[in-house]
Amino acid sequence: MQVFGVEAHEEMLSSLRRLIRHRGLIQILVVRELKARYRGSVLGYLWSFINPLLLLIVYTIVFSVVLPGFRGIDLEPYALFLFCGLLPWTWFSSALLESANSLIAGGNLIKKVLFPAEILPIVAVLSNMCHFFFALPVLVLFLAFYARPLNVTELVWFPVVVLIQLILTLGLGLLLSALTVHFRDLRDLLGNLLTLWFFSTPIIYPMSMVPAGGKSVMDLNPFAHLAISYQEILFYEGPFGHWRWLLALGVASIAVFILGFALFDRLRDSFAEEV
Amino acid sequence: MSTAIEVQSVTKFYRRYSYRRQFATLKSALISGSLAQDLKPEERFTAVADVSLRIPQGSVFGIIGRNGSGKSTLLKLITGITKPTSGEVLVNGRISALIELGAGFHPEISGRENIFINGIMLGLSKEEILERFDEIVEFAELEAFIDAPVKTYSSGMYMRLGFAVAVHVDPDILIVDEVLAVGDEGFSLKCLDKFAEFKRRGKTILLVTHALGTVQRFCDEAVWLDEGMVRGYGDPRRVVHMYLSDIATAEEALLSAEDKKKLEATVTEEGSDDPATTEAPTQEGPPADMFRASEGRWGSGDVRIVEVSLENGDGPTHLFQSGDKMTVRMRVTTAQSVDDFVFGISIFNAEGVCCYGTNTNLEKLIPISMEGDGEVKLDIESLDLVEGTYKLDLAVHSREGRPYDYHRLLHTFRVKSQIKDVGIYRPRHDWGFSSNIRFKRSSDD
Repeated sequence: MQVFGVEAHEEMLSSLRRLIRHRGLIQILVVRELKARYRGSVLGYLWSFINPLLLLIVYTIVFSVVLPGFRGIDLEPYALFLFCGLLPWTWFSSALLESANSLIAGGNLIKKVLFPAEILPIVAVLSNMCHFFFALPVLVLFLAFYARPLNVTELVWFPVVVLIQLILTLGLGLLLSALTVHFRDLRDLLGNLLTLWFFSTPIIYPMSMVPAGGKSVMDLNPFAHLAISYQEILFYEGPFGHWRWLLALGVASIAVFILGFALFDRLRDSFAEEV
Repeated sequence: MSTAIEVQSVTKFYRRYSYRRQFATLKSALISGSLAQDLKPEERFTAVADVSLRIPQGSVFGIIGRNGSGKSTLLKLITGITKPTSGEVLVNGRISALIELGAGFHPEISGRENIFINGIMLGLSKEEILERFDEIVEFAELEAFIDAPVKTYSSGMYMRLGFAVAVHVDPDILIVDEVLAVGDEGFSLKCLDKFAEFKRRGKTILLVTHALGTVQRFCDEAVWLDEGMVRGYGDPRRVVHMYLSDIATAEEALLSAEDKKKLEATVTEEGSDDPATTEAPTQEGPPADMFRASEGRWGSGDVRIVEVSLENGDGPTHLFQSGDKMTVRMRVTTAQSVDDFVFGISIFNAEGVCCYGTNTNLEKLIPISMEGDGEVKLDIESLDLVEGTYKLDLAVHSREGRPYDYHRLLHTFRVKSQIKDVGIYRPRHDWGFSSNIRFKRSSDD
């Protein structure tokens, strides 16, 4: 017997458990998202490779031809350096933009089908993670092209960085999606905030170019630690020295996730009425 | 019989949309997780008001009511898509999780993929869907199009697929919102067959529909919602009857209000407080093209039609059953005595076709005199018109056709009929058959 009443509030843990029960649905929705995105385009899945490549070419032209003085000294090959930060950032920013919009875009589902709403922002984050994975072979090609030596013990950290980024993105995605339902302004604000965030993160410039005063501010930027970690693992030679920061970020990311999920859970009942 | 769904004095408020308090409500939502409870009465809208229902297992339960009467909100509360502001809903058994067929379909991907996604959304496993896949496609009659993107489907195909998935999820409680309206005849019959099968298997069906005949024929019980409140509950025939007579009353009020408005709109501005003089025709002559003229009023005002009423046997009304007696009553007045006058009437249907027209002159009545106030009435023994909306031309003019007061299409009445025959006129008729041709009467309605 199910009871739907005013007081029938679920605990957050049971909501999380229900999420695990729905992993089949999440999986099939991610696949649907990937299929639907390129349906009708001539190149189809190839866009997952071509998009980051084109983006890379744009930035390489800007910082090699238009603004050559901007680059740091020790950044050869610059395209590879750029790629290490740009790929994860693309995942991060498009996941946040999409999940912020996900409840409103999926309003039909929320209003008409009994459906755990958190699946929508989660699918947005996961499908963008898939695009990130699809683009990784391009990165591998770059590494092979420049014949970069890769340290296997460093590479072990790569999945850890990805996992931490995933948890952080999920937390922020849940938070933003729930707030955007009530505050539509967030959708427009978010695009600009992300642009600001992008330029305040060592992606197009190395951390070494950040002046001493900006360094402590940079330490508060979670994505800076992710970008630095990717760069240390894939670009810079030498051992992975950023792991303490990375693990601290991991703990913070879990906190963000719990906060995001709790807020989402809190506002859950209002979605069907507000979207 | 055990209970499938029990709704216990459930009330649901919605927030009336205003941006002013948006921030305050967001704050309260963040703190308490609730939005509706702490709204003041002027800021909320009552979608469902203190509704209690008990739906027994294995029954077909109909929900009827006008648009915006709270039917969909009630369904959302029963499925758990929204939570009640107060009261409780108890559901016994697996309930179908969607209140609109095809709600989860993605337009860009194929029907095949959508069946899987929709099925999983509604609680099936991949294996269960594989097992039922052919049956679903066959039921939806979409074998040829199953690999085409759903955006290329017609709305009928879309609904068929949605319905096929929903019934093959095989819930204990099936919710169907207005599916019978979109399918063609054949598919509607198939749906009804499926309902019968569900019923045989002891499953509960919750049917929201405007097809009142289906409710009467198919439902064991029905509820009529009006402005969120239960206005009728129980035997479907009785509930449908109550609903229909309420609609008729509302329609009547609407028609007479419309007529009044039209008449007022044609009254001249000039004139004094004396009501008789304000009700004068607006223009002297008729529009250039009489036959294409739209509604209006004109004439010299030598004789005026002051009031018009339509009556059936029971009194003034705007609604008639085909075959009813109809009386058109006109109160007329003239300032000085006249000896040249003709009263006329025409009935137009909604397409503007004149169904019938006559006047006193055509009927060989020669006017002698008229003075002061008087009454003219035309009795129609049997209004043999097919169902539809009709408008009247009423006029008083001279024998040469100079209008005194011409009311063009200002008076509306509606004819209802159990039999949906077509045309502009229904001759009195009877069918006869030789003994080897046999019929039986349909039990509809």
